[in-house]
Order: sequence, then structure tokens, then C-alpha cells
Amino acid sequence: MKPFAYERAGSVRAAVTAAVDDPGAVFLGGGTNLVDHLRLGITHPGRLIDVSRLPLEDVEELPDGGLRIGATLRNSDLAAHPLVRTRFPVLSRALLAGASGQLRNAATTAGNLLQRTRCRYFQDPTTPCNKRDPGSGCSALTGYTRQHAVFGASEECIAVHPSDMAVAAAALDAVVVTTGPEGERRIPVTELLRLPGDEPQRDNTLLHGELITALEVPPLPAGARSGYRKVRDRASFAFALVSVAAVVETEGGTVRWARIALGGVAHKPWRATRAEDALAGAPATEESFRRAAEAELAAAEPLSGNAFKVPMARRTLTAVLSDLTAEEPQ
Amino acid sequence: MDAHVTLRVDGEERSLTVDTRTSLLDALRDRLGVTSPKKGCDHGQCGSCTVLLDGRRVVSCLALTVSHDGAEVTTAAGLPGPDGRLHPLQQAFWDHDAFQCGYCTPGQICSAAGMLEEADAGRPSHATADLDPAARTPLTDDEIRERMSGNICRCGAYVNIVAAIREVGDVSEVTER
Amino acid sequence: MTETEQPPPLAAHAVGVPTRRLDGPAKVSGTAPYAWEHRLPEPVYVHAVQAGIARGRIVRVDTAAAEAVDGVLTVLSHRTAPRLADTSDHELAILQGPEVGFRGQIVGAVLAETPEAARYAASLVRFAYEEEPHHTELRDDSPDTYTPAKVNPSFPSDTEQGDPEAALKEAACTIDATYRTPMQFNNPMEPHTTVAIWEEGDPEDPSASPLLTLYDSTQGSHTVRTTLAPVLGLGAERVRVISPHVGGGFGSKGMPHAHDVLACLAAKVLRGRPAKLALTRQQLFSLAGHRTPTVQRVRLGAEPGGQLTAISHEVLEHTSRVKEFAEQSAVATRMMYASPNRRTSHRLAALDVPVPSWMRAPGETPGMYAAEVAMDELAEALGLDPIELRKRNDPTQEPETGKPWSSRHLVECLTTGARRFGWDQRTAPGARREGEWLVGLGVASSTYPGYAMPGSEVEIVHRGSSRYTVRIGAADLGTGTWTVLSQIAADGLGVAAEDVRMEIGDTAYPMATVAGGSSGVSSWGSSLLNAVRAFRDQYGDEPEAGARVRAGYPENPARERYAVHSFGAHFAEARVNAVTGEVRVPRMLGVFSAGRIINPLLARSQFIGGMTMGLSMALHEEGVFDHTTGHVVNQDLADYHVPVCADIGDIEAAWLDEEDFVSNPMGSRGIGEIGIVGSPSAVVNAVYNATGIRVRELPLTPDKLLGE
Repeated sequence: MKPFAYERAGSVRAAVTAAVDDPGAVFLGGGTNLVDHLRLGITHPGRLIDVSRLPLEDVEELPDGGLRIGATLRNSDLAAHPLVRTRFPVLSRALLAGASGQLRNAATTAGNLLQRTRCRYFQDPTTPCNKRDPGSGCSALTGYTRQHAVFGASEECIAVHPSDMAVAAAALDAVVVTTGPEGERRIPVTELLRLPGDEPQRDNTLLHGELITALEVPPLPAGARSGYRKVRDRASFAFALVSVAAVVETEGGTVRWARIALGGVAHKPWRATRAEDALAGAPATEESFRRAAEAELAAAEPLSGNAFKVPMARRTLTAVLSDLTAEEPQ
Repeated sequence: MDAHVTLRVDGEERSLTVDTRTSLLDALRDRLGVTSPKKGCDHGQCGSCTVLLDGRRVVSCLALTVSHDGAEVTTAAGLPGPDGRLHPLQQAFWDHDAFQCGYCTPGQICSAAGMLEEADAGRPSHATADLDPAARTPLTDDEIRERMSGNICRCGAYVNIVAAIREVGDVSEVTER
Repeated sequence: MTETEQPPPLAAHAVGVPTRRLDGPAKVSGTAPYAWEHRLPEPVYVHAVQAGIARGRIVRVDTAAAEAVDGVLTVLSHRTAPRLADTSDHELAILQGPEVGFRGQIVGAVLAETPEAARYAASLVRFAYEEEPHHTELRDDSPDTYTPAKVNPSFPSDTEQGDPEAALKEAACTIDATYRTPMQFNNPMEPHTTVAIWEEGDPEDPSASPLLTLYDSTQGSHTVRTTLAPVLGLGAERVRVISPHVGGGFGSKGMPHAHDVLACLAAKVLRGRPAKLALTRQQLFSLAGHRTPTVQRVRLGAEPGGQLTAISHEVLEHTSRVKEFAEQSAVATRMMYASPNRRTSHRLAALDVPVPSWMRAPGETPGMYAAEVAMDELAEALGLDPIELRKRNDPTQEPETGKPWSSRHLVECLTTGARRFGWDQRTAPGARREGEWLVGLGVASSTYPGYAMPGSEVEIVHRGSSRYTVRIGAADLGTGTWTVLSQIAADGLGVAAEDVRMEIGDTAYPMATVAGGSSGVSSWGSSLLNAVRAFRDQYGDEPEAGARVRAGYPENPARERYAVHSFGAHFAEARVNAVTGEVRVPRMLGVFSAGRIINPLLARSQFIGGMTMGLSMALHEEGVFDHTTGHVVNQDLADYHVPVCADIGDIEAAWLDEEDFVSNPMGSRGIGEIGIVGSPSAVVNAVYNATGIRVRELPLTPDKLLGE
């Protein structure tokens, strides 16, 4: 770990100003990802700007029934929030499926979204990795690919995004609110996180010094149901092989609309738009769900080590949709 | 680069100058001589370093000391009462032989203490069937197992760990003893 | 010594009582000191630097950047490190030359005033290499395999009885299957740690040689001393190893590894300041041993009624070119079931990999996984209940030697377990489904030798008023040594356990053999009771305060005339998710025949702990080797999975009420390892019963059980 300067930010504006002025500065939130990476020697900031105590810890109900969630709220507090549990169970479920009780007590809303890939090669500075060291090559391509992407990968990088919460946020059409060098802006989570392309070193579309201050979740109609299912190698405390976040509204045995995101399959939460299109107006039957899942997974590009993710995602997505529509919403 | 911090560790105020890189775990173990929290992985993957930080269970290996100036830290060494009597969780772990080598144990016990408070406060877990805040979730074995899954025990004492925590399960306010 | 001078069979009073651990209060508070935690003034922190290639030579070392880091005292490499006196053990002979034998080998170290400085500077040490092509992959058709001279610890590599090939040809029913297990890592929760203090002898007295003190995380303080002293050129009496509490080992701390030597070299450079070295979790994967991957072909031939006519178990494993370790995977097959025709063999491929070593029940664990799954396959092929198949092949004497068993109650374990577990609920494969879950039951046998090692000594001191101190350098790595030896001592001396003070885990106490091979209590307890006998012979029943005696391991000729083994029956219920392929094991039961149980509370924990590790092997553990880079890719606890609490359901252990005084005067046999042995195959067989899918390659991750 390279020595670094530390300062605690007194305000959002002060944090952003400090960071913008120093290309070697990074924000410190809960630390569960950044400190890990500092110790692994895969990131070398010259300055940490601690934003963990900024007063961004509220969950605010918006006039339209949506929620504005503070960026430094801890994951465990968010998962336990009554409004999240009742209105957006997919978000609670995704959070509770991630990490451990201790980590959820420290990790923040923004930090969770911005956590970096668990690709073994990215985490090991003794191996080439285009994300860590652009141009050095991708060790995973010829190596261990079991955890890697089946959608949206590039020749440069086949890593996947590790967050569960981000998958739920993508399915909920959630938006992050940021303050940056150019003022405040709003970025949908699906656009905040990006595919690797030829710039795998960039996980997201934030500018240097741009700070996430909140996550906004738009309201769901009363009839919509949402859920999250994660498939993993252990019963708990393991990253997803495949996960599914789905929000669906049915009416009289027909799917009105569905929003679906898959986790563990791409460099960002993968919005299953093909499946969503196939479901709109389709009968709410297992046959429709399977076809929708097939429509999505037909576009997958698996590698030898992760081909199992295709049937796993198809089967899991079908089961999630069946479960969510098994009975009429209350 | 150094920074000066003050912590309250197991009820005692401790001031020290640390490298900004020093984890809370290393500050406790190497600087303050509080070796109850253990270093098992140093990456938040095993839970051996779990302490109660301002009353909540966290892994101290991923906490930077400098970021927690003024914090209250409770380790398993600080759980026994002033008379030296073991905390009910410690007693139950001993009675149920809920450890073998003992290296993960202080972290397990701090985690259990924090976990029981969380459960008592009605916080849900991955094992909770009904997320309705009005629903009262009993602390079943499956709930204990899920909530304790951030603490790895390689000796394989989980069966006894669950039994020990089950026995203490209805103790509330455990961290305030 | 004649047999009449044996300690008499122990009458149990404290033995058999479920006494809680003596070290319990200290362990639950975290105040029991492990190797890192002994308070020492002015410590220096050592961080190891590891090779970045799998094979070749270092041609250049650049330590300038590392040395420039504030707080760095010195950087060690093969150019600057002190010389070792004996470099014949190539695992231990680090920093003595430019050769690199595997990726991750120790090639340097930074010594610094703070751990932060040491670690950061270690990342700045640069090596240039002349790289040679490396070979790290164990393949079924690996070229250049060879037959080791022996397999661990000293078994013949190959055995053959009768004509197995002919018998297989003639058999009414045959199984021919190949089973694979991956690299596995012990991963004790306490990373391997050594703190070393090297005090030069008195400058006024040139004859006084240096004194080396080690606080080490080890299963055998005396083993560390006797191994390291010659490497360092010191007399054994000049080395003291202190290790009162050990955070797990499972074999990986059974012998010193390279990091022990590094700490000593650092200490030698520091001349008196303590050198503190703890491996990181990642470093354990190349420096603390591992279980070899195995490829095991098992062939069984049987009559229609199930009687085995041929058993063939051929094992292929890897070892390191740096140092040979040959896991004895087929050895249990030599004694497990009756058959007139039998072959076992071991072949090794020497690769550019880290040095494999002991991991809980080396040999029995992977070997019995393959053999007991093959038995399940045979039962299926014969249409026989797998318990019945095992009953029909239970040998009356040890098959290869013809020796009588000191105690063989496998069938009783199986039938007792079947009743308790509800074996009669087992259905045809794939026939039981509850919602998304396919449910099945599985069974497997286990066995482990009843080892005892000569060499240990015990000192007994009478402190007055019938209170005693008992000293031996034995280790407690969670095994309960503190507690169990005090129970044995109490009964031997005829006092209450509270009146015995144990002193263990230090070479300042008498020699103890390593806590390995489940031999600890048998070896140390026998010596202890022999010391009691000698004490009473010398002092009678009313000794003076200060009376003291020291005695060693009693000869036990009966052991030579008998086959001494423990047995067990493992049962598992597996639930396999029909959608995702995820496996859950809600119930396991082990019923063991392991001689007299000295402490039921602690014994149950040992059995259950072993079973938990076996379940882990079945479902989770896999070291993934990248043969391009030449290293274990998933080298941490986030990706090398061991079970978390949610993975473990109701695991119960039971045992038969028995005593085995052939084994030792306590009537016990070791219990640290048998719990793991039958556990993986019971789980695998249960998964087959649930799904009808026979997976022959561990671990059973969801992808292997996923439908189309």
C-alpha cells in the first residue's frame, strides 16, 4: 500500500473540489472495497477524501412514491428500511443476498454500485490485466473464466460486475444523483455502469471528482411485484454465478410489462431487454417465461469455462418470473 | 503519513498516532496490544477480526483507523463484565464447545452480539421469508446460520456455534453490558 | 522392557467426562496468545517477496526502491541473505541461490519498522528472470510419471495380491470408473506465523553459540526444532520453540515450511530484535502445503451376490519438483474390504508446483472418496443396498497382512447409523422431489489407522498436597490437548483433573511427537501413563513435594500383532435444486468406532469438524490452477470456498461404546481425522440418489448438476 494523504470532507462541495483538484485523489466511503484494493496493491491513490460521514444517510419518500436514498447510507440500513421492504422488495432482497452482515454494516449505497470486479486476475497485481493496467493483456481470456461474462464482453476484458444491489437498481430503472465538476447531474444506473469495450479500465461513466450523493428509485405501480434470486456456490457469502432481478406487472393472466436485469453475466447489470420485449402482452405462463428467457440467452456469448451460465440464467429467470406471477399481487 | 486518533477500546480511551494506511485491526493488535480480534484473511472474507464499532459489527481489517477517530470499539476481550464474568455468549460458546482452535472465536462472538441486536431490532436477513416490517421474524436456526455466515470457522464448529447462539438468542442489549 | 512393564489399562474417572476446554475462557475472550501475539519489545516486521515465474533463474535483483521506503531496515534476497548450513531440503533452503522452482516461492523479504512499510516495500522489489518453460498440469496421460520409492509416511507404492486382471475379466459385475479431486488447501484460520529472536552468544565466551527462540504456529514444537536446527547450523538445544495455542493446522503446520526459515534468517540479520512474520492468506496457497490433485481409476469385480472378487485402485498425483510428497491415496483400499485379488498403485508427476503436504487424513480422504463412490456404483449395478454390499465384504482379518483386528465394528456402525438416520426412507435415484428440491440419501464407510508414535516423554512433578504439574511439548491446535491430557493425567495419578496443571506447547518441556496422523493423544497419553507408572514405582502413593519423574513411550508389542484401525459409517441427506443445481446438505450423521472416547464433548466436536470439512471437500473446495501463469488463481477465502454457517445443517456424531487396549493404555484411538474420511463420498452418493447424476469430479458445484 503506497502512502497516501487522508482528509475528511466537511461537505459534498468540499469533497468534490478537493478531488477535482487532485488527479490522485479518490473518495473513501465504507472502505470495504477500496481498502481491500489498497492492500492488494491494485490501486495507488495519493489522497483519500473520506466522504463516509457526509450527511447523506436518509431515505426520503418522493412525492410520486419513489425513494431518494442517501449515498452514504449503509447497506444494512437500506435493506432494513420499511419503505424499501414494502415497496421495493427486490432491492432489500438483493442487498441481503450480498456479502456478509459485517460488510453490509460498513458498505454504502454509492460504494456498492461502484464496487469493482472480483476477476481474479484484476485482483492479482502479478498478472496482466487490461482493467488494472491498460494494454497489459487479459489473463482471464486464456485462463480461469468460470466467473466471467457471457454478455457484452470485449477482447480487452471479460470481467463481471459483482454487485447484487446494482442488479436490482437496474431492474428498478434507478438513477444516481451526482455532484461533479460541472454541477449536479442524474445518471440512470444502467448508464452509470458500462461495458468494457476498449476502455476496460473505466467501470463507470463518472468524471474524476464526481461524487454520487443519492440513488433515486422511481415508484412502481401498486400491482407490480418484484424479486431477486441469486445462484451461488455457497449458501451465503459468495458472489453470484448468476442472479436475476425482476419487476413484473400482470393483469388478468397477461404480462403488462416486465423489467429484468441479470447479474453475474456482464461487466454491468445486464438489462434483459429481449426478454422484456417478449413478455410484454404475453400470457403469464411458464411457457412464455421460458421463451422470453430463451430469447435473451440466445444472444449470450459464453466461453468454455462459463457456458453453464446460459442454462443457469435461463432456468433461474424462468423460475423467478413464475414465482412472481404465481399468485395475484396483493 | 501519520495521523493522530483517539479511540475508546473496550471502555478505555486510547490515543495514538497511526500511519494513514493502518487498519483498525492492525492498530488494535500491533499498536494497542489488543489482540482479541484476529487476522485471518485481512480482506473481509473470514470475519475473524469482527469487532463492534460504535455498536455495530464490522470487519476491522477493512476499516482504516484514521477514518474512525473518536469511535467506540468493543472486542471480545471487552465483553466480560467488570467482575470478569463471561458474557452470556462467551459462556454459551464455552459450554457448547462452539470452537476448537479458537482463532475465529472472538470474531464469532462479536458478530453474534451484533447480530442478536440486529435481529432484535427486526432487521431482515436473506433467510427471512416475509419482509413486511410488521412481521416478527423468529430467530430460527436458519436465521442464525445466514446471519452468521460472515464468520468462517475452518475447524467446523458451526453446529455448536448455532446451538450456543440459539441458547442466548433472547438476550437483548447484549452490547451494553 | 517387557509387556508386564506396560502401564495398566486406565480406569476411567475423569476420562469419559464431557469436561469443557481448559483454555475455553481465554479462547472466548481472545486472550490466549497465538504466535503473533506474544508481547515482545521492538519487533521488526517481515514481509515475504514471492517469485513471479514458475521455473527459471533470477538474473537481476533491484531492491533500491524498496530500500528507499521510510522505515525499511533491509531487503533480503539470495544475494544478501545469510547462508544456511544444510540446504538438502529444497522447500526450506530459501534465498540460497537464483533458482526458482515454483511461482510464489520465497525469493526475498523486506524487514521494516512497521508492517505497512514492509508490505509496501515488498511490492517494490523487482526481479528479472531467465524463464524456463514450466509444467504444472496433472493430466491423465501425463508424461514422465514415476513410481515413488514409498508413499506417505512409509508405505509401499504398489501392492498386488492374486490376479486382479483375470478376476476382473471373469467377474459377473464390474465397475471401472475414474474419479478426480482438485488441489485442496488446509486454510487454517490462523495464517502460518513465525516470530523469531536470534541472540548471539556471549561475546566474552566464544564457545557459546547463538540462541534462537521461535514463537511458531505449529503442530509440533519439537518437530520444528529438530528440523530447523541443522538447517540453521545450530545445536537443537540452542533452539527453543514456543507454541501454546495454535489456530488450526489440519496438517499444514505439521512441519516447518519455508516461512519458518525466512523468519530465522531475518532474525539472524536483526541480531536480537524479534522478526515477526505472518504469511498473508494469499501466500498460504503457495507456501503452506496443499493436498495434491488426484486422478483415481477404481475397478471392482463382484459376484452376483456382491462378494468382491477384485479390487484395483490406481492413483495418479502430482508432486513438486522442489520436494517430493506422495499422498498415500490407495492405502486404505489395501485393508478396507475382503477380496482375493487386489492391486493398488501410486504414480507421481513431478511438476513446477508448490510443495504438497499433509492435509487432514492424507491418503484416506481422497482415496476413500473414490473407493466409496465406486462401492456405491457397484451396489447400484448389483441392485444391492449399499450397506448390504459393505456387510458382505467385511473382512474377518486385515486382508493384506492376515493380522487380526484390534477392533473392527464397521458393520455395527453402518447398522446403528442406518437406524438412527432413517436409511429405510431412501428411494430410487431421482425419485423424491419436494418443490424445487430433489432429495436423496447416501452412505459411505470411513476408516483411519490407529497410529501411535514412539518418542514422546512426559515429566510429572508433585507440587504437594496431591497436586501435580505435567509437562510435555505437545500441541493443541483445537484438538483439546490441554483438556484431554489433564483428564488422562488425573485418572493415572488418581486425583481430580483440577489438581493437574498441564504445561504444553514448548520445547522447554519434554519431547512430544507431532500432532499428526491422529496420533497425538495415543502417543502422548501412553507416555504420560508410563511416567505415572514410573512415578509411583519410584515414590509410591505418598510422594514428597518436588518429587519428579520423566519417562518415555512404553513399548507396546501387542500393536505389532494386530491391525489397529478405526472405522465409521457416514450418512448424508442431499437436496439438489432442480432449477439451479445448488446442493444443500441438511443432515449428516457419522457413527464411529474409535476406541474409548476420552472426552465426549470435545470428541463430538472433532468428529463433526471433520465431517464438516468432508462436506466442504464434496461441495466447495477447489484450487484452480492457471497453467499459463503457473499459479493458483483463487488464492483467498472469497474464491477458495470453504463452508460458511449457512452451508451446514444438522451434523451429528455418535460412537460405539468400546475400549481398545491393544491401541494404548487409555483404550482410545485417534479421532482427529476419521470424521473427514467418509464424509465426501456420503455426500456424493446422496447427490446421486437425489438426482441420478453421478459426478466423478469434485467439487459438486451447481454447474455440474444443472439440467439443460
